[in-house]
Amino acid sequence: MTYSAPDIAWAPLTPILIVLGAAALGVLLEAFVRVPAERRVYQFQLSVVAVLASLVAVVWQWVALDGDGVVVLKSMILLDRQALAWQFLILIFALVGVLMFADKGREGEDAFTPLGSVAPGSAEETVARAKGMYLTEAFPLVLFATGGMMLFATVNDLLFLFVALELFSLPLYILVALSRRRRLLSQEASLKYFLLGAFSSAIFLFGVALLFGATEQTGMYEIGEAIATYMPQRSALILLGAFMVVAGLLFKVGAVPFHFWVPDAYQGAPSPVTAFMAAATKAAAVAALARLSYLVLFRLAWELNWIIWTVAILSMVFGTVLAIVQTDIKRMLAYSSIAHAGFILVAFAGFSPSALSALPFYMATYGLATLGAFAVITQVREITPDGAIGAEATRLGQWAGLGKRSPLLAVAMTLFLLSFAGIPLTAGFIGKFVAFRAAIEAGAWPLVIVAVLASGAAAFFYIRVAVLMFFTDAPTDTSPHVVVRPTTLGRVVAIAMAIAVIVLGVLPGWALELAHSAGVLLAPATGG
Amino acid sequence: MLIVWPAVTGLVLMTVPPVRRWAREFAVGASVVELALVVGLLASFDRSQAGDIQFSELHSWIPQIGASWALGVNGIGLSLIVLSAVLVPLVIAAGWKEDDAHSRRAQYLGLVLVSESFMVGIFAARDVFLFYVLFEAMLIPLYFLIGSFGGAQRRYAAVKFLIYSLVGGLVMLVAVIALYFQGPGGEQAFLTANLTGLSMEPWVERLLFVGFFFAFAIKAPLVPVHTWLPSVAESARVGTTTLLVAILDKIGTFGMLTLCLVLFPGASRWAAPFVIVLAVISVLYGAFAAIGQDNMYRLVAFTSVSHFGMIVLGIFAFRQTAIEGATFYMVSHGLSTGALFLMVGFLEARHGTVSVKAYGGLQKVVPVLAGTFLIVGLSALSLPGMSPFASEIMVLIGAYPAAKVAVIVAILGVVLAALYILLTYQKLFTGPTPTAMESTKDLTMRERLVVWPLIVSMLVLGIVPALALDYLREPSAGIVAIVSEEAGK
Repeated sequence: MTYSAPDIAWAPLTPILIVLGAAALGVLLEAFVRVPAERRVYQFQLSVVAVLASLVAVVWQWVALDGDGVVVLKSMILLDRQALAWQFLILIFALVGVLMFADKGREGEDAFTPLGSVAPGSAEETVARAKGMYLTEAFPLVLFATGGMMLFATVNDLLFLFVALELFSLPLYILVALSRRRRLLSQEASLKYFLLGAFSSAIFLFGVALLFGATEQTGMYEIGEAIATYMPQRSALILLGAFMVVAGLLFKVGAVPFHFWVPDAYQGAPSPVTAFMAAATKAAAVAALARLSYLVLFRLAWELNWIIWTVAILSMVFGTVLAIVQTDIKRMLAYSSIAHAGFILVAFAGFSPSALSALPFYMATYGLATLGAFAVITQVREITPDGAIGAEATRLGQWAGLGKRSPLLAVAMTLFLLSFAGIPLTAGFIGKFVAFRAAIEAGAWPLVIVAVLASGAAAFFYIRVAVLMFFTDAPTDTSPHVVVRPTTLGRVVAIAMAIAVIVLGVLPGWALELAHSAGVLLAPATGG
Repeated sequence: MLIVWPAVTGLVLMTVPPVRRWAREFAVGASVVELALVVGLLASFDRSQAGDIQFSELHSWIPQIGASWALGVNGIGLSLIVLSAVLVPLVIAAGWKEDDAHSRRAQYLGLVLVSESFMVGIFAARDVFLFYVLFEAMLIPLYFLIGSFGGAQRRYAAVKFLIYSLVGGLVMLVAVIALYFQGPGGEQAFLTANLTGLSMEPWVERLLFVGFFFAFAIKAPLVPVHTWLPSVAESARVGTTTLLVAILDKIGTFGMLTLCLVLFPGASRWAAPFVIVLAVISVLYGAFAAIGQDNMYRLVAFTSVSHFGMIVLGIFAFRQTAIEGATFYMVSHGLSTGALFLMVGFLEARHGTVSVKAYGGLQKVVPVLAGTFLIVGLSALSLPGMSPFASEIMVLIGAYPAAKVAVIVAILGVVLAALYILLTYQKLFTGPTPTAMESTKDLTMRERLVVWPLIVSMLVLGIVPALALDYLREPSAGIVAIVSEEAGK
């Protein structure tokens, strides 16, 4: 038996390789750079350079791509414009995420605990803090996650998809647990996320196995082709398998009834991690779901469409209703993200071809606004009794009167909220518009009616925060008091995202054009 | 330019601190400049071609979804733009004494100016997508206007307003998107001109019509979706209410006229009987409810509900005279109700209450105020010689052949109008004067300058209605032609 090296087209993989390579390099940096403060700087620079270089590589691939796309590794990976668009989006989110990771105030505190392995409140923790330790592992972790997500958006093979899923999930489980403040909450969130995540991964894998058993294939495209042959005889296996795979992906999207981790993870995680997770994980999961839908599921549309419809309606209704009663802004945004998962699924309903260009655009609008909103949240802090800056002030009541103290941040936050609500002249409106248009094109207008009613109700709690910031006076007697911590990076991110939201809302033409050309999936007719 | 100017000045007012000190002067200046621009537009408008779209602008905006930045006005749009431009400076002047803090005042006036931008934009939009975007985005400044300035119940009123309007607007969004798939598509898919005269399946057309009509009925407002208006009128600041009722609610009837009728003529004819019944119910319900009110803001709000019923009745009669009358009524009602709200505001500024019961016998103390109030009130009950009379009579005569019973019932509403206006006047200004009110100040110069121009324009338009009708006749004829053309098929 002779071994022949597989023929790999390396060039299309450069974006992913750059990110994963930098992540590996980051691990080495951990080992060899001793001084925490120096290490932190190196890690930050490395991450930014890697993400930027990867962005350049993605653009290069986009320009160099001729035809529909490239088949890599015997159709394990399908690199088409859709995949590149998602990679680009994930990298943008990662870039903003890294900036937020590195954000620290004058007092030198970033969002992460100085030493992840010590018990909360222990003497060791105090020592670590006093020594000015930094948890710089966060940077390589986020790079690994980013690489995994980029892969997730690209692969065709379901087993490889599972590897990518674990590659981005494991770093996230760790990152969620690393909050500097409220560490117990953070660790609890991480454990919940991990347990449910592991569970859903297993379901996903089981689904893959069933599909393989039915069709003798693991590639999505190949399964799609084989379904036509096997469908009537092996329908039980195929449907159950497809259903379990979809469930695994919907868990990552955070749709009802797979949403239970979302509020806790969003609330417990350090805000930069929440922001990155909300924007990028959702984007990656939607990308994979889109590929699965248009290569496999559309053949089962008759049998599976009701699931999409049910999950979409449940997500929108539950997300909206529960968001209304939240008193913690991070939890509120978590429930709103569940509702948004429902809106995204609306675009899937009916498998309209234009959904493929609507989805990247929708995720871009949602992700940018989410990153911006969490950047604002990192700035609003409590004051501890001894006058130092404490944890984030996430109780809604603490945001009263923010508009007077920090008009710029409050205006930016209002823009993000209006964008979530889908008010015209913000990015969110155009995103909703294209998503709903795709659904109506496929005849799913009853779903769209539910969606608009949910948006109407959702606007209520978004606007309530805006009112709180501008028209309610700050309570004078409550303790602890709230300050706005002026950090450069956080502020830059918030303002940049606000500008992006306006630009995408008022002049979205160019972005829609890009999204439109990204709306093609490669169907490897030759099988590689 | 007309659209951008108020928005820019409004934003400057809100964001540039040095300007805040002179917020009132700045805002009046900005709105007067806007008025001058509008008057310039009016002067260069070709009246012999009033039915055509003039001053067209067409730029590609978001070609990927078929949206264009398309503006242009015919006689109807122009009249309503003029109405807005006239009312805004008066409203600003009427609220001269409110707010002591500069920053709050600047916020308020800035929002008023931004809203003016949206109003002008909506009346000039010739692209359904653009219309929708402005229609929805306008809710935000309005929400802040209602929710942050006004009485104790203002938050509740603002939320009620927002929910009503958003739900209507979002239902309309579904119809807007669905309309796209009925139209020709392409880069200018949303131009109103490209969407006119489509041949659709009747049931599709009817559903789309309902989607649009629902949003406009909420905005107008028509019974049974009118309940936000009295709450808002009661709680918001009088300037906000004036703008809202006198101009913004016209967007509802304007939309019915220029979108519902034009885009869905078949469905409009199908729905006309229902709509007319709703309109008549509004006329009567509004009038009866007005009689029962003690709060003057609510009273005036209900009279508006009644008047809007009359306008809708005129629109859905599909007759030349009736539609012409309805458009004329939109302008007259803006003047008359605007004046009425401002008068109530002046009373409130004197005694801090708007309860009818609290007042009495003021005629002896403040004869000018009482006289002005009487004239404004009489205009609202359509005294001959004032413009509401001319327009109301046109609606009723024009609609009579189309809907005899409805018109006869609606005339009852006119009679009731006399009742609620005169009763209110009687309670306020005749009888014994409460001792606390004996030293009431009469109308000041500023207040006279605000209200009298409105009265004068109502008189002028009432005696020489041709001044306005010249602008309204041809566009109305065009709409009637579209609606009835299909009937012939």
